[in-house]
Amino acid sequence: MFGYSMADIGNIVVMQGFSGLSMFTVLLLMALGLAIIFGQMGVINMAHGEFMTIGAYTTVLLSKVAATYGFTNYYFIFAIAIAFLLAFAVGYFIEFIMIRHLYKRPLDTLLATWGLSLVMQQIFRSTFGAKEVSAELPEWMLGSFKPTPDIDIPINGVFVMVLAALVTFGVYMFMYKSRWGLRVRATVQNRTMAGAVGINTSKVDRVTFALGCGIAGIAGAAFTTIASTGPTTGTLYIVDSFMVVVFGGAASIVGTIASAFGIAQAQSILQFFMTSSMGKVSTLLVIVTILMMKPEGLFASKLRK
Amino acid sequence: MTLWEKMKASPVLGGKEGVISLAVLAAIIFVVLPLGLDIFRLNLIGKYLTYAFVAVGLVMLWGHGGILSLGQGIFFGLGGYAMAMFLKLEASDPLSTKIQSTPGIPDFMDWNQLTALPWFWEPFKSLPFTIFAVLTIPALFAYIIGYAMFKRRVGGVYFSIITQAVALILSILIVGQQGYTGGVNGMTDLRTMLGWDIRSDSAKYILYFVNGLLLFGAIFLSKYIMSSKFGMLLLAMRDKEERVRFSGYDVSNFKIFIFCLAAMMSAVGGAMFTLQVGFMSPSFVGIVPSIEMVIFCAVGGRASLVGAVYGTLLVNYGKTVFSETYPEMWLFLMGGLFIAVVMFFPSGLAGIWDKYATKYGWFKDKAPAKKLEVSTSKVEAQAVLTETSIETSLATDSTGVATKRSPRKKADATSAIEGNKLRGAEA
Repeated sequence: MFGYSMADIGNIVVMQGFSGLSMFTVLLLMALGLAIIFGQMGVINMAHGEFMTIGAYTTVLLSKVAATYGFTNYYFIFAIAIAFLLAFAVGYFIEFIMIRHLYKRPLDTLLATWGLSLVMQQIFRSTFGAKEVSAELPEWMLGSFKPTPDIDIPINGVFVMVLAALVTFGVYMFMYKSRWGLRVRATVQNRTMAGAVGINTSKVDRVTFALGCGIAGIAGAAFTTIASTGPTTGTLYIVDSFMVVVFGGAASIVGTIASAFGIAQAQSILQFFMTSSMGKVSTLLVIVTILMMKPEGLFASKLRK
Repeated sequence: MTLWEKMKASPVLGGKEGVISLAVLAAIIFVVLPLGLDIFRLNLIGKYLTYAFVAVGLVMLWGHGGILSLGQGIFFGLGGYAMAMFLKLEASDPLSTKIQSTPGIPDFMDWNQLTALPWFWEPFKSLPFTIFAVLTIPALFAYIIGYAMFKRRVGGVYFSIITQAVALILSILIVGQQGYTGGVNGMTDLRTMLGWDIRSDSAKYILYFVNGLLLFGAIFLSKYIMSSKFGMLLLAMRDKEERVRFSGYDVSNFKIFIFCLAAMMSAVGGAMFTLQVGFMSPSFVGIVPSIEMVIFCAVGGRASLVGAVYGTLLVNYGKTVFSETYPEMWLFLMGGLFIAVVMFFPSGLAGIWDKYATKYGWFKDKAPAKKLEVSTSKVEAQAVLTETSIETSLATDSTGVATKRSPRKKADATSAIEGNKLRGAEA
């Protein structure tokens, strides 16, 4: 097959599979935030990628500060927290001034948030310049881990995977095991009744939206470990993450994980055997075709419409 | 009955107001701009007007049908590329490409080590086939997408996301398949059409007027459709899809039809773009141009055909002016425009105009004569229409009949909560 021996194929699959895993983690973190916002609230946030960029720039800036004051080895933990808080705050603010006026018009939210993404991109460009910047990684995150001589697994990849697993677990606990999650789910299922039993639905909306944005901020922090950040970084991932959410069935965490994994792996492995553009095209084409056959996605939750 | 009276009475043109607004637009496009601008600027206006085809299609699809396609660039691109393929083949005759290792094929194919013309390029040697392809290929493509989606009752935001993904796929495909499509540079260096030099000033004038006439053709066709029973059904579908379905209409077929029609209009715009500008590239296919075209339509007024043309001209003029002088300001302005139009002026320029025209009583028919000709089917559709929800009553009907703003507000969560509080206070 393609002139590779079986052993080569095995190694390629493992290594491409692993590079797919890094992409998987970023996609998963992006999509988790989107799944909360889109799946639970039905709001299309086209500026979601820019919230990721907020997280990424925060991490880069903090790494510069850390390099000056000499705490490079453990700044990353703070970076994740600050990225989350900053994106959360911006999301909270945006919901307050913009999104809450548009809940009745989902298509218009899409256009308005696209406008927001343009504005945010230009703010990034004016503030940080058009050039891509990258964070200085702590030493323990560099280097790689070699189970066999032919296989090379980067440690930063392992790190972001652990991070993604923790965040996913946290989102699960929040949505299904906490009082807040209960309120969010109640609001989704029946807004009027939720309001009637005393849930402040507009506050629930605001926190849900901000939380989704905050998770995008964490995605941004994770992103800096695998690539460099530019003003338009977010837009590169936005369509992919929407596909992940829709493909997985909105509002289903298992579905989001499964489809993020499938899409990232398919792209990564196909990109090795084809050109990178054809790998992406064929993955997206397959997803669009499947979505046309099965529009509710793979793991649709049963909702009363 | 004089011609003026006939035109005023025509339900297609939309009464006195409709006739005047069309006449003003015609005067601007065919008289004021050609007399007032030099050929370079006029060609630029011609380029903007090709986007207006997309905007007019979107008025039908989005403003009246409630279907937001974020992939109109697909059809604009397909039409443009079909025309570009014909022109490129004519530009690469064996004589002018004799320095290539394979003379007679387009230059970018030669650079990509292709030695023969790919099979799907062959039919584009003929102009009739090309024109046929411009009209049918995008419509066919729209039919496939529309059939797959609307028959399964996929609509709303899902439709928008999927059309956006298709636009992304097509633009990546065009960039990736350099040998067949010219890659990221697109098809450049297009010179003649059947031996007629399209780059000369006289050709640019002729193409400008042809483009203007075609645009008016598209507007008249849309006006005709909207004043028909189908137009009423379309509005009814936008506002209460379920009711139209329960009345026995096959909603999905209407949606597929309007999607195909909008695709065809965009494709004509794309083909005219290629002819007037002299190249076609993937930057007119992908996500960004597709969504920008929606904003042209939204600025002009999503339910107004004439407004969409003005919106297109205005936004593009602004884009040219600002990106020449303050390039970094442009994105702020464009983003701000998106937000402002959606949040504060959902019916765009046409809505603002309507508001003031009604206030001061300009161009209004004294006697609403056309109300009498409403057929029974229209009455049915109108009955469906009167119960519009808030978001849809924002858009006004471009045919001059302002849809009644429904005083009945859907009980939403906040009012329910307030109601509860009040009741609590009373108790």
